[in-house]
Amino acid sequence: MAWDPEKDVIEVIRGPQKAGGAGGLYRAFGETLRGLKTTFGQLRMGVDTIQYPEEKIPVYPRFRGRHQLHRFEDSGLEKCVGCSLCAAACPSDCIRVVAAENTPEHRVSAGERYAAVYEINLSRCIFCGYCEIACPFDAITMGHDFELSDANRSDLIFTKEMLLAEPIERTPLRAEGE
Amino acid sequence: MNINVPFALVGYIEPWWMVIIKSVVFAFIGLQLVPIVLIMERKILGRFQNRYGPNRVGLYGAMTPIADIIKLLSKEPFRPKTAIGWLFELAPVLSITAAFGALALVPYGPVVDIFGTATGLYGIDVSIGPLYVFAFGAISFYSVMLGGWASGSKYSFLGSMRAAAQLISYEVPQGMALIGVVITAQTMSLTGIVEAQQGMWYIVPQFFGFIVFMVASFAETNRPPFDLMEADAELTGGYNTEFGGSKFTLYFFAEYLNMIVVSGIATALFLGGWLLPFGIDPPHWVDPFVVIFKMLAFVTFFIWIRATLPRLRYDQLMSLGWKVLLPLATLNALITAIIVVAL
Repeated sequence: MAWDPEKDVIEVIRGPQKAGGAGGLYRAFGETLRGLKTTFGQLRMGVDTIQYPEEKIPVYPRFRGRHQLHRFEDSGLEKCVGCSLCAAACPSDCIRVVAAENTPEHRVSAGERYAAVYEINLSRCIFCGYCEIACPFDAITMGHDFELSDANRSDLIFTKEMLLAEPIERTPLRAEGE
Repeated sequence: MNINVPFALVGYIEPWWMVIIKSVVFAFIGLQLVPIVLIMERKILGRFQNRYGPNRVGLYGAMTPIADIIKLLSKEPFRPKTAIGWLFELAPVLSITAAFGALALVPYGPVVDIFGTATGLYGIDVSIGPLYVFAFGAISFYSVMLGGWASGSKYSFLGSMRAAAQLISYEVPQGMALIGVVITAQTMSLTGIVEAQQGMWYIVPQFFGFIVFMVASFAETNRPPFDLMEADAELTGGYNTEFGGSKFTLYFFAEYLNMIVVSGIATALFLGGWLLPFGIDPPHWVDPFVVIFKMLAFVTFFIWIRATLPRLRYDQLMSLGWKVLLPLATLNALITAIIVVAL
């Protein structure tokens, strides 16, 4: 029974204080039938299970999954300039960046330097997204991939090539506000 | 019918080889029903809780019981240091033996003609009928008590103590509930009782007897809401805490077989056995299917109750047994007797 704010006196319906006797037996029988009816109602409501590996709950756009490194779409150069701000922001210290100078013959990124080594140890990552916030060039973002289990710990150290590669799209996405 | 001979030859009309074939076939029916009931329970219970239940092994999870049993049988046998060796081995065997013994009594049909041999579609038809079931029910409780005691574990022992108390409290009302049926049918042979229900199933005139019998059956088969002796939350499994692998399989099988047996007995006593309502009279080969259908319907009700009612407290269990069910059953027997004599 919903509470009515207009009312000054709240009446609470309580069960009879003294149970037992023939009345109690009759009531217990009735309550049992009522319980059976309730559970039968659940039976008719159908199933809420999502059969996970076959069907997946879509993730939201802001979902923080596995990281992705990005390139400029027009020139194909890497956005990452090897500044190591992500590594500095990382609370679990799982990003390792080794920078190198760009040369006119060997130009990898748009800036002066590029990340020669960029590794994320995903077995340590807590998916807080600070790297994404720290990055001044939006070079690293959190993707939507969350099925990251592996049989080997060393396989969870993701290199720059793996992070730059187009992710295998296996996570359904839902629109904001859906 | 000769009441004075306990195993009076009420239904022994077959030659010896037919008796052997019959017993093998009925044992197989029991064995086949157990996995069906297992998967039924898990699936239906799942639906009651808005989930699917097991659906990975086989088509719609149909092979789950087989996988379960294979897994249990391939486990390492172990026993606690404090266990009493031979009793620890004997108790599960006793439980499955008692369950199969009681299964023999479930009647699937009347005497029919199979290839020129008159055969009763029942394991045995004894003149003491329900008493035979009670005897085996009591033995199966022995297996629970011995199992709990032989484990040498506190929780097992608590479970078996509860089992002993529960047996005493619920065998009496169950027996009393049957007196009404026996008085009405004027016979204790189960096939005789079924034949006596030609006009009306006993669930109608013996409604209170049916209710009492059913509640007592829940207690007899350790089903919720009377599963105090294995109360997972308090006793970590009760009498079967220390049993694993094949021994647990036996207990598990026996528990479900007991459920099937009780359903079969209830079908014969109250739901008209192989009889169909509204004067439908099918050929005799349909009869076993009718009985099995009714048994499974009764099992479904067991599952429904399990999905609904919480476990009773120990003192509630006792007071329900002695203060409610026993007077109700006695009153039912008395009134039935008066009506039968008066009419």
